[in-house]
Amino acid sequence: MDHLSLQVRRGETYGLIGPDGAGKTTTVRLLLGLLSRTEGKTGILGFDSMNDPYEIRERVGYIAQQFVLPADLTVKENMRFFANMQGVTDEEQKKHIPELLAFAGLADFTGRLAGQLSGGMKKKLALACSLVHTPQVVLLDEPTLGVDPISRREFWNLLGNLRAERGLTIFVCTPYMDEAERCTQIGLIYEGKLIANDTPNQIKHMVAGELLELRPSRFVPAQELMNTLEGVLEVQTYGEKLHVFVDEAQRRKPQIEAVLAAQGITHQGIRLIEIRMEEAFISLIRRQTDADVMSITETVSKGII
Amino acid sequence: MNQPNLVDNQDTNPTQPPIVVEGLTKSFGSFMAVDHISFSVQAGDVFGWLGPNGAGKTTTIRMLLGLIKPTSGSASVLGFDPVTQTKTMQAHVGYMSQQFTLYNELTARENIQFYGKVYGLERDELKKRQDEIMQMAGLVGRENVLTSQLSGGWKQRLALGCAIVHRPRVVFLDEPTAGVDPISRRDFWGLIYAMAKKGVTVLVTTHYMDEAELCQRVGFISQGRLVAMDSPSRLKQTQMHGQVLEINSSDPEGGMRILKAVQQQGQIPLLEVALYGAQIHAVLPEAREYKEAIRNILLKKNIQVHSLEWIAPTLEDVFISSVTTFSP
Repeated sequence: MDHLSLQVRRGETYGLIGPDGAGKTTTVRLLLGLLSRTEGKTGILGFDSMNDPYEIRERVGYIAQQFVLPADLTVKENMRFFANMQGVTDEEQKKHIPELLAFAGLADFTGRLAGQLSGGMKKKLALACSLVHTPQVVLLDEPTLGVDPISRREFWNLLGNLRAERGLTIFVCTPYMDEAERCTQIGLIYEGKLIANDTPNQIKHMVAGELLELRPSRFVPAQELMNTLEGVLEVQTYGEKLHVFVDEAQRRKPQIEAVLAAQGITHQGIRLIEIRMEEAFISLIRRQTDADVMSITETVSKGII
Repeated sequence: MNQPNLVDNQDTNPTQPPIVVEGLTKSFGSFMAVDHISFSVQAGDVFGWLGPNGAGKTTTIRMLLGLIKPTSGSASVLGFDPVTQTKTMQAHVGYMSQQFTLYNELTARENIQFYGKVYGLERDELKKRQDEIMQMAGLVGRENVLTSQLSGGWKQRLALGCAIVHRPRVVFLDEPTAGVDPISRRDFWGLIYAMAKKGVTVLVTTHYMDEAELCQRVGFISQGRLVAMDSPSRLKQTQMHGQVLEINSSDPEGGMRILKAVQQQGQIPLLEVALYGAQIHAVLPEAREYKEAIRNILLKKNIQVHSLEWIAPTLEDVFISSVTTFSP
């Protein structure tokens, strides 16, 4: 972390995104007082992470990255286990646990062993456990890793309900850019520095130009060609597709078509597409760095793969 | 077993697809993890093997690798029977597991060495492959860093390097992009394509439906059964139940919650309501007169509708539609 400053307002869903190793998990651990900071200040709800970690843990829910629930406890036993750890009274448990299980859609599975739940249900149970002491803030570190798209969406619907119905403040790290679009505010972190901090819409607008997508018959020559054209701001690759950022789509599309035709490269139509958070992320990070990994062209030409 | 024997000859038959699966079944007690699945993958294809958690994707791969025995049915990989010819087959097959199975307490180079020796590489070839894979993974200069210290993208490329150290002709990649950032994800798909162009056959599982769009063919598995298999574009034509209305609005989260309530009350026959990033996708039956009704419902709740358009379904729409239609 390098002199990073950020604030999350009450009731916000704040998404922290960035390349692997950028410092997302470190940020969460500093906030919770699990790591000691070298310099600067960190706090939650007015409590200092270093001086008042217990005050924070009473008021904050947390799901650690790749967190695993005790597999040999049932759904209900897991809830009771976490409630006891947080010092929730029996009376409160009787009220909150059924509520939370209903909220997470687990009311019919209270007796099932956590180890026997599907991936999506495990994540929902972890969320319910993190809420058992009625926190005002939750910190979620990649809570949907390895979960299928349907379960991922259900999990985020639960987060939406928490925000809407309880005004919960949510701080979430995610590698999924579609999830980032569901946040009210996004911080983009790179090498321990915050390089963007804004709403999803504003962040997408930080990328200049319009986006054209095509699937050329000869990929590498087409990619090289695009990089030389006037009005082309950036070229991203995705499988067999090229994403070409241009200053003006209407003007550049026919020019690109003509250049490809002259080289005998066919394509299945050039489409104007919306810039999503995914493309914005790549563009904003690429500006910061020239990746030190070998290019695919080079990998192929050297016969490595 | 009366299954046809697909693996008579030791030599790979060039006309036979490198992966053939016929009636493959695996049960654990009364639970059918994989239930009479048949498919084949052509040489040089990138085949996406998709499905919800617990649908049977990894179990299928483990049978194809000869790690577990099918209850019934048969499989052939490069003409070899994974059950009876495991060792011979493995010399030509690469596997990258969900957890990037690397030894954390070894350095990157030692990991490559280890896998190279397991696959029986000659000394000179192993040396050459180590250098090449370190370059491919962007690890030159980090020779002595422990693997545990490497972050997601590096580990991912190193794991791929270890899986292809012996230059296999078929590669199984089980969620190779889980938890890595979008840039590493794209670079990784570049590598997958480069391998396929060289004739390597790739079977890959993923929970990213935009990645699935990049496959030549995909198979959807749900509760152990193959529910659809085709090219992404064909699946969009044949497997989608209903039409997709894409809604751009001032409050996507709020809009979705309202439409979910509408769906439950049955006011409008909404088949599905889901958020795709900042857009709502509402799936409706063939009749198209509901567009204005939806606009009015949202407007009444003070949600501004910026655009409301019938769109071609994404593969994710199709996935949700096929999987939920199939499940009880």
